[in-house]
Amino acid sequence: MKLTFRDILIKDIQMGETMEVRDHILFIDRKALREHLLKDERITDVKVDIARPGEKTRIIPVKDVIEPRFKEEGGGNGFPGVTQKSVPLGNGIVRRLRNTTVVTVGDLVGFQEGVIDMWGKGADYTPFSKTLNLVIDISVKKDLNPHEHEETVRLAGLKAAELIGLAAKNADVDECHEMEIGSIREEAEKYPDLPRIAYIEMLISQGLLHDGYIYGVKSSQILPTLLHPFEELDNAVISGNCVAACDKITTYQHQNNSAILDLLAQHGKTINFVGVIVTPELTTLDGKFKTCDFTAKLAKHLGCDGVIISEEGYGNPDSDLVMICSRCEKAGIKSVLITDECSGWDGMSQPLTDTAAEAQAVISTGNVSYVLELQPADKVIGNIEAVKTLAGGWDGCLEADGSMKVELNAVIGACSEIGYHNVSVALY
Amino acid sequence: MKKILYYVNQFFGQVGGEEKADIAPTFVKESIGPALGFAQAVKGQAEVCGTMICGDNFFNEHQEEALEFLKKIVTEEKPDLVVAGPAFNAGRYGMACAGVVDFCLKHEIPVLTGMYKENPGVDQIAGKALIVETANSAAGMRKALPVLSKLALKMLSGEEIGKPQDEGYLPRGKRETVIVPERGSLRAVEMLIKRLNGEAFETELPMPVFDNVSPAEAIKDLSKACIALVTSGGIVPLGNPRHLQSASAQMWTKEDVSSLKQLTGSYMTVHGGYDPVYANAMPDRVAPLDILREFEEEGYIGHVYPYFYATTGTGTSVANARRFGQEIGAELKEAGVDGVLLTST
Repeated sequence: MKLTFRDILIKDIQMGETMEVRDHILFIDRKALREHLLKDERITDVKVDIARPGEKTRIIPVKDVIEPRFKEEGGGNGFPGVTQKSVPLGNGIVRRLRNTTVVTVGDLVGFQEGVIDMWGKGADYTPFSKTLNLVIDISVKKDLNPHEHEETVRLAGLKAAELIGLAAKNADVDECHEMEIGSIREEAEKYPDLPRIAYIEMLISQGLLHDGYIYGVKSSQILPTLLHPFEELDNAVISGNCVAACDKITTYQHQNNSAILDLLAQHGKTINFVGVIVTPELTTLDGKFKTCDFTAKLAKHLGCDGVIISEEGYGNPDSDLVMICSRCEKAGIKSVLITDECSGWDGMSQPLTDTAAEAQAVISTGNVSYVLELQPADKVIGNIEAVKTLAGGWDGCLEADGSMKVELNAVIGACSEIGYHNVSVALY
Repeated sequence: MKKILYYVNQFFGQVGGEEKADIAPTFVKESIGPALGFAQAVKGQAEVCGTMICGDNFFNEHQEEALEFLKKIVTEEKPDLVVAGPAFNAGRYGMACAGVVDFCLKHEIPVLTGMYKENPGVDQIAGKALIVETANSAAGMRKALPVLSKLALKMLSGEEIGKPQDEGYLPRGKRETVIVPERGSLRAVEMLIKRLNGEAFETELPMPVFDNVSPAEAIKDLSKACIALVTSGGIVPLGNPRHLQSASAQMWTKEDVSSLKQLTGSYMTVHGGYDPVYANAMPDRVAPLDILREFEEEGYIGHVYPYFYATTGTGTSVANARRFGQEIGAELKEAGVDGVLLTST
């Protein structure tokens, strides 16, 4: 497969008459965007706002973050299998509006929505304080049930990113990244001496409000499966889940999966990157045995020497993480795990809910219970009251002046278990 | 100038060896033994106000008396810091130092000690105080004193204490969240390449060691048993009047359900780890009071305990969970409950 990213580097987002890029500024046609989203009759109102790095702006409650792009060649603009008909992904040319995101907010559906602070201490803990965020606040009809509500706002975010992505179509390209990886056989012939590595990406699969989607297929309905590394980078995987904000893999993080990118950077040099195994985190014991056995079998069948395993969420998926690890290690496959930890407010509690002797190489992406004190914002996009009920906040965590205490749990992407951010834990 | 009280045993206090291990505590205004080297190391920045000397056997066999003596000294001298040891691998000395540390923690006096990592005194105060890691014998004194004095000065000045390996103390087990230069995925790839090359690597998360809970004896006659309902599924009265957290619980709730046939209708979930739709529609799916009532009516169980306990499991630290379990368990035992239906999600 050959995938090319043509990047348009955006320095600012502003409201404008047409959706276009001029002189590195992305102009948003607010009217067209609103009309586009209001075609969904379940949506009653759409507010559009902009949050820039350094501004004293707080966005809450955040549901998803998406990168606007345009597929120039290779077919499959948008999100095939979800907003468009399904086509194979991973080949062709993608134009990306770099440094920009679409952030969706609106009435809280689940508890697992989060905060993005664009300045100060909170900004250090979320990767999305460094991007120019176009924030879409979506109101829906009162009689929607929670699942319809969730689906509506998810789709609205994807559709918005798709529409805005069209602005990349005729924009001047600043950077070009070409990547090519052939079939497993071709790459093995090219790099016969390099260790064969797979990336095992675990996806939350706990039912209606908690699934990741692959080509629009709910992850809870699959057996572990193999993706070419480029497919996920080309919009094949989206977030549909409501796991805690700190470690949910937002759609943006799937589109820019750092584990895939960091493995690709080593492909042909120190490793032969054979592919991505996406595996669901099922909630039944039988399901866990089935998927963990199947995942390790796929890694073995691919002739892997090593794997990186990333978790999504915490608690019962800790079991899947160490079960996959044990099975791989017993099959002679060396593993490195990426997980966050629940070590309590004081950091003195044991970090995981399951354990395996084979899990000797683990990357920690932070303690989800670590408490941040955040200063009042000049501007809040969304509804700050949401912090009292979302995971990582509590009743009493919000002061009258707008300052608040939250656990990392509530901060979007803080403890990203695909290793997207640079938070960790040290033993003191 | 800040004042430091130094604690040593009979041997380091230059009173004598094993034959003097029974001596009662004494206090001298001078710096004796290791206190002397320590005093020189902190000279100009802090002073040793005196040395308390106590036999190891005396401390361990008459702890109350020894601590009473210590209490008198600290009341008179008002030290800003107490330094005990280092005890190296001497077990009774280590336990005495740990006793001094516990006393100081209780009375909120900053305290520092030093031990070999396998000294039994380490276990007694693990996680609670700074323990400088020393060699297993007094031959390590020359190395230990500079580390002790440097840390002591940092504690006195309120300067930030660095990592255990940089400062020379035994890790307290605190999992401190830090921001590091490289993102997690890059660290993972680097660690994997090291593993593949057979190079040394250091895990960022050593696997925890788990407790095993042995199950209670089986209930002999269920038809006479009092059964309590407890859940970690975040089931609370509508509106969550006690403000139970939706993740990382800091508390548990207790509700009188003696007049209820079911939870459905007056309860809801605040649990942030699962799709709440089905639990909100029928909270008995998570905490089946309805079925327990049926069992009660049929005589299959004796009766349902009047109070229903709940917390939120998701993201709750094991330390908090253990505490909740002990607190709820103690209440249930006190109330003569025979069995618990404990549901998770």
